[in-house]
Amino acid sequence: MEPYLYGCRLDQDIIDLDQTVEHLQLALNFTAHIAYRGGIILFVSRRRQFGHLVESTAMKCGEYAHTRYWQGGLLTNAPVQYGPNVRLPDLLIFLSTLNNVFQQHVGIRDAAKMNIPTVGVVDSNCNPSLITYPIPGNDDTPVSVELYCRLFQMTIRRAKDKRRQMELLHGLSKPTPESS
Amino acid sequence: MAAYCGRTLGAFQRKYACSIFSMATAQLCPQGRQICVSSALHRKNETNSEPRKFSAEFIEKQVGEFDIGKRHLANMMGEDPENFTQEDIDRCIAYLFPSGLFEKKAKPIMKHPDEIFPKQRAVQWGADGRPFHFLFYTGKESYYSLMHELYGKILNLEKYQDRLKAKGLFSKDAKQISLRATRWLTKEEVETVLLEGISTQDYTRFIQLLEQLISMPYHSVEEKFILQYRQQLEAQSSKQTVPQLEKDDRGVDFSRAEGRRKSSVASVILRDCGSGHITVNGHDYLQYFSVLQDREQLMFPLQFTGMLGRFDLECTVSGGGRSGQAGALRLAISRCLLSFLSEGEVENLRQAGLLTSDPRVKERKKPGQEGARKKFTWKKR
Repeated sequence: MEPYLYGCRLDQDIIDLDQTVEHLQLALNFTAHIAYRGGIILFVSRRRQFGHLVESTAMKCGEYAHTRYWQGGLLTNAPVQYGPNVRLPDLLIFLSTLNNVFQQHVGIRDAAKMNIPTVGVVDSNCNPSLITYPIPGNDDTPVSVELYCRLFQMTIRRAKDKRRQMELLHGLSKPTPESS
Repeated sequence: MAAYCGRTLGAFQRKYACSIFSMATAQLCPQGRQICVSSALHRKNETNSEPRKFSAEFIEKQVGEFDIGKRHLANMMGEDPENFTQEDIDRCIAYLFPSGLFEKKAKPIMKHPDEIFPKQRAVQWGADGRPFHFLFYTGKESYYSLMHELYGKILNLEKYQDRLKAKGLFSKDAKQISLRATRWLTKEEVETVLLEGISTQDYTRFIQLLEQLISMPYHSVEEKFILQYRQQLEAQSSKQTVPQLEKDDRGVDFSRAEGRRKSSVASVILRDCGSGHITVNGHDYLQYFSVLQDREQLMFPLQFTGMLGRFDLECTVSGGGRSGQAGALRLAISRCLLSFLSEGEVENLRQAGLLTSDPRVKERKKPGQEGARKKFTWKKR
């Protein structure tokens, strides 16, 4: 996380917000494109303080959330757990990349294994290596998590509205998942 | 009509539309001679492929065939097709296809397709693959959505209470919902409500959150939601059968009841407006039961309800020894008394144990031992 830090003052790491802005721009743009093309977005966070907030955000966007205990084979063993033709999420958004024991969330590694892109808010105690679009930022305070939730919700809603608009104007067909 | 065998049959194979009996197909061997091969050889290894999917139309077709077959069977056996129950079907199939096999699952059966084909969960995503429920990827969507809803209610209540405090309208003694004579739903009942299994920790957490909701002063706002998860407790005494109160020739109330204890059978007639006379098998109870303990057993129900000198007892008892007879009489007297008592007193009697029949009987002697428990002398060598 050192490249993303501006410095350290009184034992408190200060994140470089100029870099945050750039990363946030890239991440939101990517999310918007995924939502525009009708992809499944899964919000993940293992912080109990913000679990309800994250689930409500997902519900308002019309996307999916997972703020509970992560069962081991969720992504890697999905056909067995859910059914043969289940569709996996196309994007994972981590509002906090750590789990309750301050280790890296299993979902990051599993998404990398299943070739699913990830967007994640990485704090100064997190490892940003496996995340496709890291956003260096604070994941501890309610104010900052609410900000991120609002931003993602706004992005996804705008993308979906744009899609609907384009469908009406140009007669585009509804987004269908291509079988890989 | 199709009578299904317990094991998988050719009828379900979509590739080979065979009947239930295996069909022999003719094949040409290299020399040009015909060789008959049974369809069992054509069947590929089923354990390797994924478990068979039965579509909704297929199941519906099977249900239709089953209903028609049921009517045919009823007509065949000369019975009424309208009121033909599953037991009648089983009886008729056992008659038409007698089987000497011991394994129940190997015998021919004809049951409703819902019982034969394994239940499959309804597909939980639409045509484009997107799941319907927003918590689908957690695995336990009903349970977690319930927890989400409950936590949302707690947060809303806190905000409401804060608003009231800000306006100065907050009062600690707000309306409380009455929870007496109710209990929380058990884990099994919650599982039936949610239609999915939950673990003990999940259930404990759920009850903890509900208790937290109830502990808030203004929880009566969510009364309807809370009462959904409370179960009424029935008073056990409501299940007690009270003997009928009859009137004899002189207009005096009396009731009859029976009781058993340890191979003694007793029958008692309790007459009102008496003076405490007790007759057992025609003799006075002082003569019949010379031991004080047995007479105390007889008097205990009357003494407990405080009606010692009010009733006349006419008892008959047979079988067993003196203690067993006394116990049987006590049970019979308590049962008779029920028709003269109010609900609360019946509950008191039940709590005292006077209405429970004692299930203890003599334990049998086992081979290799002296008695029921006593062993032969143990010798070290």
